[in-house]
Amino acid sequence: MLDNAWIIPAIPAVSFFLILFFGKRIPTKGAAIGITALGTSFVLSCVAVYQWIDRVESATGGKSSGLAAFGRSLVTHGAETKPVVEPVLHHVTWWSNAGIDFGVGIRMDGLAVMMLFVVTLISLLVHIYSTAYLHNDIRYTHYYAMLSLFSAAMLTLVVADNTLQLMVGWEGVGLCSFALIGHWWEEGANSKAALKAFMTTRTGDIGLLIGVSVLFWAARSFDIGKINAYSLSPRADHGMLLVAASCLMLAIIGKSGQFPLHTWLPDAMAGPTPVSALIHAATMVVAGVYLGARLYPVFWNGFSIGNGGVNFMVLIGGITIIIGALLAFVQDDIKKVLAYSTISQLGYMVMALGAGAWVAAVFHLFTHAFFKALLFLGAGSVSHSGSHHSFDMKKDMGGLRKFMPITFWTFIVGTLALAGIFPFAGFWSKDEILVTAGQSGYDFFLIVGLVGAFLTAAYMTRCVYLTFFGEYRGHGHPHESEPVITVPLIILAVFAVLAGFLNAAAFHIEKFATWVEPRVAFPELVHPAFDYPKAAISLSMAAIGIGVAAFFFFKREKMGKLNGLTERNKVAHAGYMFLVNKYYLDALYENVIVASIRGPIARGCYWVNQHVVDAVVNGAGKGAKATGQWTYDYLDRKVVDGAVNGTAEVTAESGGLLRYFQAGRVQRYALYMFAAVGLLALLLLIANI
Amino acid sequence: MTLNNFLILSAFLFCTGLYGTLARRNAVLVLMSIELMLNAVNLNLVAFSAFRENVTGQVFSLFIITIAAAEVGVGLAIVLLIYRNSRSVDLDQADQLKG
Amino acid sequence: MDWFDSWALTLAVFLPLVGMAIVLLIPKAEEGLIKVVALLTTLVTAAVGIGILANFNLDDRHLQFTANEEWIKVINSRYHVGIDGISLPLILLSMLVTVCCVIYSWNHFPEPHNPKAFLALMLLLETGMIGTFVAQDLILFFIFFEIVLLPMFFMIGVWGGPNREYASIKFFLFTMFGSAFMLLSFLAMYFLSKVHTFDIVTLSHLHGAGIVHGTQLLVFGGMFLGFAIKVPMFPFHTWLPDAHTEAPTVGSVLLAAVMLKLGTYGFIRIALPMLPSAAQTWAPWIGLLAVIGIIYGALCCLAQRDMKRLIAFSSVAHMGFVMLGIATLTDFGINAAVFGMVAHGLITGMLFFLAGSVQERYGTREISRLGGILTQAPKLGWLLGFSAMASLGLPGLAGFWGEFPAILSSYQPKLPFGLWDGSAGTLATYRTFMVISAVGTVLAAGYLLWMFQRVAMGTPKPEFENAHIHDLHTEEWIAFTPLLLLIVALGIYPQLLFKMTDLPVTQLVHELSRALG
Repeated sequence: MLDNAWIIPAIPAVSFFLILFFGKRIPTKGAAIGITALGTSFVLSCVAVYQWIDRVESATGGKSSGLAAFGRSLVTHGAETKPVVEPVLHHVTWWSNAGIDFGVGIRMDGLAVMMLFVVTLISLLVHIYSTAYLHNDIRYTHYYAMLSLFSAAMLTLVVADNTLQLMVGWEGVGLCSFALIGHWWEEGANSKAALKAFMTTRTGDIGLLIGVSVLFWAARSFDIGKINAYSLSPRADHGMLLVAASCLMLAIIGKSGQFPLHTWLPDAMAGPTPVSALIHAATMVVAGVYLGARLYPVFWNGFSIGNGGVNFMVLIGGITIIIGALLAFVQDDIKKVLAYSTISQLGYMVMALGAGAWVAAVFHLFTHAFFKALLFLGAGSVSHSGSHHSFDMKKDMGGLRKFMPITFWTFIVGTLALAGIFPFAGFWSKDEILVTAGQSGYDFFLIVGLVGAFLTAAYMTRCVYLTFFGEYRGHGHPHESEPVITVPLIILAVFAVLAGFLNAAAFHIEKFATWVEPRVAFPELVHPAFDYPKAAISLSMAAIGIGVAAFFFFKREKMGKLNGLTERNKVAHAGYMFLVNKYYLDALYENVIVASIRGPIARGCYWVNQHVVDAVVNGAGKGAKATGQWTYDYLDRKVVDGAVNGTAEVTAESGGLLRYFQAGRVQRYALYMFAAVGLLALLLLIANI
Repeated sequence: MTLNNFLILSAFLFCTGLYGTLARRNAVLVLMSIELMLNAVNLNLVAFSAFRENVTGQVFSLFIITIAAAEVGVGLAIVLLIYRNSRSVDLDQADQLKG
Repeated sequence: MDWFDSWALTLAVFLPLVGMAIVLLIPKAEEGLIKVVALLTTLVTAAVGIGILANFNLDDRHLQFTANEEWIKVINSRYHVGIDGISLPLILLSMLVTVCCVIYSWNHFPEPHNPKAFLALMLLLETGMIGTFVAQDLILFFIFFEIVLLPMFFMIGVWGGPNREYASIKFFLFTMFGSAFMLLSFLAMYFLSKVHTFDIVTLSHLHGAGIVHGTQLLVFGGMFLGFAIKVPMFPFHTWLPDAHTEAPTVGSVLLAAVMLKLGTYGFIRIALPMLPSAAQTWAPWIGLLAVIGIIYGALCCLAQRDMKRLIAFSSVAHMGFVMLGIATLTDFGINAAVFGMVAHGLITGMLFFLAGSVQERYGTREISRLGGILTQAPKLGWLLGFSAMASLGLPGLAGFWGEFPAILSSYQPKLPFGLWDGSAGTLATYRTFMVISAVGTVLAAGYLLWMFQRVAMGTPKPEFENAHIHDLHTEEWIAFTPLLLLIVALGIYPQLLFKMTDLPVTQLVHELSRALG
C-alpha cells in the first residue's frame, strides 16, 4: 500500500462523482457511498501505517554516511544511532512545459502515513455521525459529495511529493470548506461566513503562491525532497529561503488560523458541526502545520530556528496561543469556545515548529485531532439531543450531565486531554512542546505555553460547567443521542486517552518520534528527555486553571464582590468588551479594510474609470465631433462652399446688373445700337485723321 | 448743284428719321421714320452714284428699296398684331420682354 | 492528404463565409432552414478543425498546413496562411465557441427577431476570427483583424441593450483607432526592413534587421497601440465594459472568448518576433500596465451592480495575467499566456452564457435585484459557482494554469531562454509585479464569490419570489457541456494544451534570445 498510496485519495474522489451524479437516486442518498469509500480508505491507511512501521523497525542500523547526496543527518538520541529510512517515492510526469517537469506523486513517510490515518479515521467517523446529525437535511446528498471531495483533496495534500500537488490539495480543501461552511446558504450569515473563510485563507494563499515560486527558483524543482535537501545543503541561499519561509508562513497564518488571520475560524462555525469537527479542528486547519512540518528545512534555514531566541514563526504561534485562549472566555456559543480553543492549540503547534520542536508539534497535531474532534462532535451531540439545536450555553444548556451521560463523560475525557492532564493524550504532547521549547533556547515561549495551559484548563472548565452542570435552562427535552452519534464519541475518547502513550516520554516510549520523524533531509533537532519538574509545573498550571475556574463557577454565590465585576467596573468592562469584540480585529478587517476596498476604493477606482480614463475616450470622441462640427461650419460651409456659392452669386449679381440694359423697349435698343455706331464712326474718324 | 447739297439733305433726312425712330411713341410713326432713314440713305447712295459716275450706288439703292418694302410689310404685320393684342400701338407700353 | 494540407486552412476560413452567403439567399421566413444551415456550416468548419488537429504534427518546428499564393502583386502582399502550435488552440477555440453560440441561440434570438441577419453576421465573424489566426501576411492579417469589427458592431448596435448605439460606435472607433496605428507600423515594417515584404514568416526571421532601435521602438509602439486596445490593456480598456454590457449574450461570448485573443495573439505572432529589441525595452512597461490592469480591473469589478459589467471588468483583470506572462518574455510566461488565453476564453465565455441565461429568466442583471438562484434554478446556480471557481483560478480547473506559471515566471524572467536584459532593476520590477499579481488573485476571489454569494446564495428577493424560473434547458446544456468538459480537462491535464504550445514558444524565445545576442 505504501507504493500504491495514490489509491487512498482516489477512492473519495471517485465517490464524489458517484454521489454527485447518482446520490439522489439511491436509498441512503449517497451516504452509503461516502461511508464505504472512507472506510476503504481508512483500512488502506491502516495497512500503510503498518507497512511503514514495519519498514522503520526492520531498517537495519549502520547504513553508512555515504549518502551525502541527500545531505541527510543522523538523528542521535543518547547513544543510539537511528538508521536512515527513506520515504517511499513514486512520481509520474504529468506534463512538461518549457523543459520543466510537472508531475503528481506520492511521498510516503511517517508524517504522511500518520496524517492518512488521522484524516481517514476522523472523516469516516464524521461520515457515520452525519447520517444522524444531518438526517432529513435539505442538501444531504450534496453534503456527502462535498465531504468526499474534501477528503480526497486533503489526502492529496497529505501524500503530495511536490509543492504544486500540495497547492492543488490546499486550494481544494479551501473550496470544500467554502461549500460546507455555507451549507445552509439560505441564511445570509452562513454564506458570509463561507466567503470570509475563503477570502481570508486566500489572502494567506498569496504567500503560498509566491513561496512556492521562490522555492522553485531556489531549488530548481517542485519536489519536496529536493527542496528540503537544498535547504540543508551548504549552497542554500539563505536570503531566498527567508523570503520563501516568510511567504509560506503567511499561508500557514491564513490556513491554520494564526493571528492575525484567525478571524475566519470562529465564523466558520456556521457550518454543520460534523464539518467543524472534521475540517476546522482536525484536518484542514492543520494543513498549514502540515506544510510547515513537511517543508521544515526551509523554515529551519530561513528563520534560523536552530539559533534560539525569537523568530517569526514562534512569535506568531505564541501570540496566537494567548489571544485564542483569552477570547474563549467570553463566548456563549459552545462551538465558538472550541473554535478559539482550536486557534490556541494551532498556536501551540506553530510555536513548537518555530522552536525546533518538530516531533512535539506533529505529535500535538496527532493528539489534538482526536480530542478536538471529540469535543466538537460532543458539542454536536449536545445540540442534537440536548439543547434543541442551539449552541448557546447560557441560554439553552446546563445540567445536561444527568440526561446525556455518554456525551458528558466523553466530553470530560476530551476536556482533560485538551487541558493536558496526566495521563490523557494532551498532557504528553503539550508537555513535550514546553520542554523542547525550553531546551532549544526559547525560554520566553515556554512561559507563554505555560500561561496558555492555565488558560486552556480554565476556559474549558467554564465551558463544561455551563453546559453540563447547574440547572437546565433550555426549552427542549434533553436525552442521550443515538448510537450513531455516541459510538464515534466513544471511539475518539479511547484515542484521546491512549494516543498519548505513543510518545510517553516519561515511560521512555518514543514510538511516535521513531516512526514519524523524517531521517532524510532533516535537520538535527534537540530531543530533550522527559523533564519531571517542568511536567509537574505544567500539570499544576492546568490543575490550578481547572481549580480556579471551578471555584469561580461552582461557588459563584460566595464570590460576592467578583460577581458581576465586568458590569460594574469600567476598566474590567472595557477589557471584557475588548474581548467580546475580538480585539476589534474583525471590525478592522471587515469594517475598515474589506469595506473600504469593496466600498470607497472600488467605487473610487470605478469613478476614475468612468470619469478620468473614459473621460479621455469620450473627450476624444467629443473633441473629434466638435472639431468636425467646426470644420464643417467654418471651413466647409464658409470657406469652401463660400467660394462655390460666391461664384454663383457674382454671376447672378452681374446678371442682375445687366438686366438694366434689357428694358424691353425696342427704341432703347435702337438707341444703344446707334450710339455704338456713332462711337465707332467717331473713333474711325479720329483714327484716320 | 454740288454733291454736298445732296449729302446735307440726306444727313438731315437721316437725322430726322433717327429722331423719329428713337423718340416717337407710335409704332407706325417709328416705321415711317425707319423708312425715312432708309430713303435718306438711298438718296445718299444715288447722289454719290450720280456724281461719281458709278452705278454701284444705284444698285445698292435698289436692294435697299426692296428690303425696305419687305421690312415694312413684316413690320406693319407685327404692329397690327400688337394692336390686336393690346389695343394700343404705344411702344412705351410694349416692354414685356423686359429683363 | 496533400490537398488537405494546402486547403484545410482556406476551407476553415472561408466555409463560414460560404455558409453566410447561403443563409443570405434563404428567405427570412424560413427560420428553421436558416438555423440548420448555420449550424451545419459551423459544424463542418469544426470538423475541418478536428481534421487539422488530427493531422497536426507536434514535433514539426515549421508552420504547417501552409498555402502561399500570389495575391496583390502591386503591394507585394501574398495569400500566405499557416499555423503552428500557438495558433492551433486558438482556432479550435474559435470554432468551438461559435458552434456553442449557434446552439445557444437556437430558440433564443435577441430582439428584434431576425435569425437570418444574426446568424449571417455570426458566420462572418467566424471567418474573420479564424482568418486572423491563420494569416501569415501582414495585409491579410490586417484585413481579417478588421473584418471582425463589422459584424460585432452590428450585433451590438442592432440587438444590444438600451445604450447600444454609444457602445457599438465606441467599440468600433476605438478599436479602429488602434488599428490605424498598427497599419502604419505594418507599412513601416515593409518599407524599413532589409527585405521589403509583408510576409510574417520572413519578417519574423529578420528580427527587425535594418531598422534602427529608436525607430523600432516607435514601430513597436504603433503595433502596441493596435493590439493593446484589443486585449484590452489599461488604460485602453474602456470600450470593453460598455461593449459587453450592451451586446447580446452571444455577442459578448464571442467578444470575450475569441476577439480579445486577437490582440494578445498579435503580440506573440507579430510584435515580439519582428522587433525583439524593442520588445525588450517595452516589456517592463507592458508588465506594469498589465499588473495595473489586474488590480484595477478587480477593484472596478467590486463596484459593479450589473453582472455582465462585472464579468467584463474581470476580463480586463484576466487579460492582465496573460499580458504579464507575455511581458516576462520567457518561454514559461508565454506558454502561460497562451494557456491563459484559451482558459479565459472557455471560462469567461461560460460566465457570459450564464449571465445571459440569468437575464433571460429574471429580466435583469442587476445584482441587487437577484438572489437565491441556487434555490430556484439549482443547476444554473451550480454552474455559476463552478465557473466562478474556475475564473478565480482554483487549481484543478483551467484558469489556474494560466495564472500560476505567469506568476512563477515573473520571479525569474531569466530562464535559459528568457530575454531579460540583465539589470537588477528589471528583476526587482518583475518581482514586484509578481507580488501584485498574487494580490490580484485574492481580489479575483473576492469579486467573484461576492457576486456568487449575492446572486446565487441566500433566498430570492420578494420581486421574484413567486416567479416561475425554469432551470437550464436542453440547448443550454448542449452549448455548455463542451466548455465545461474542457475547463475540467485542461485543469486536470494541462498537457493537452502545453504539448501544442511548448515547441513553438520555446523556439520563439530561443530565436529571440539569439537574435539579441
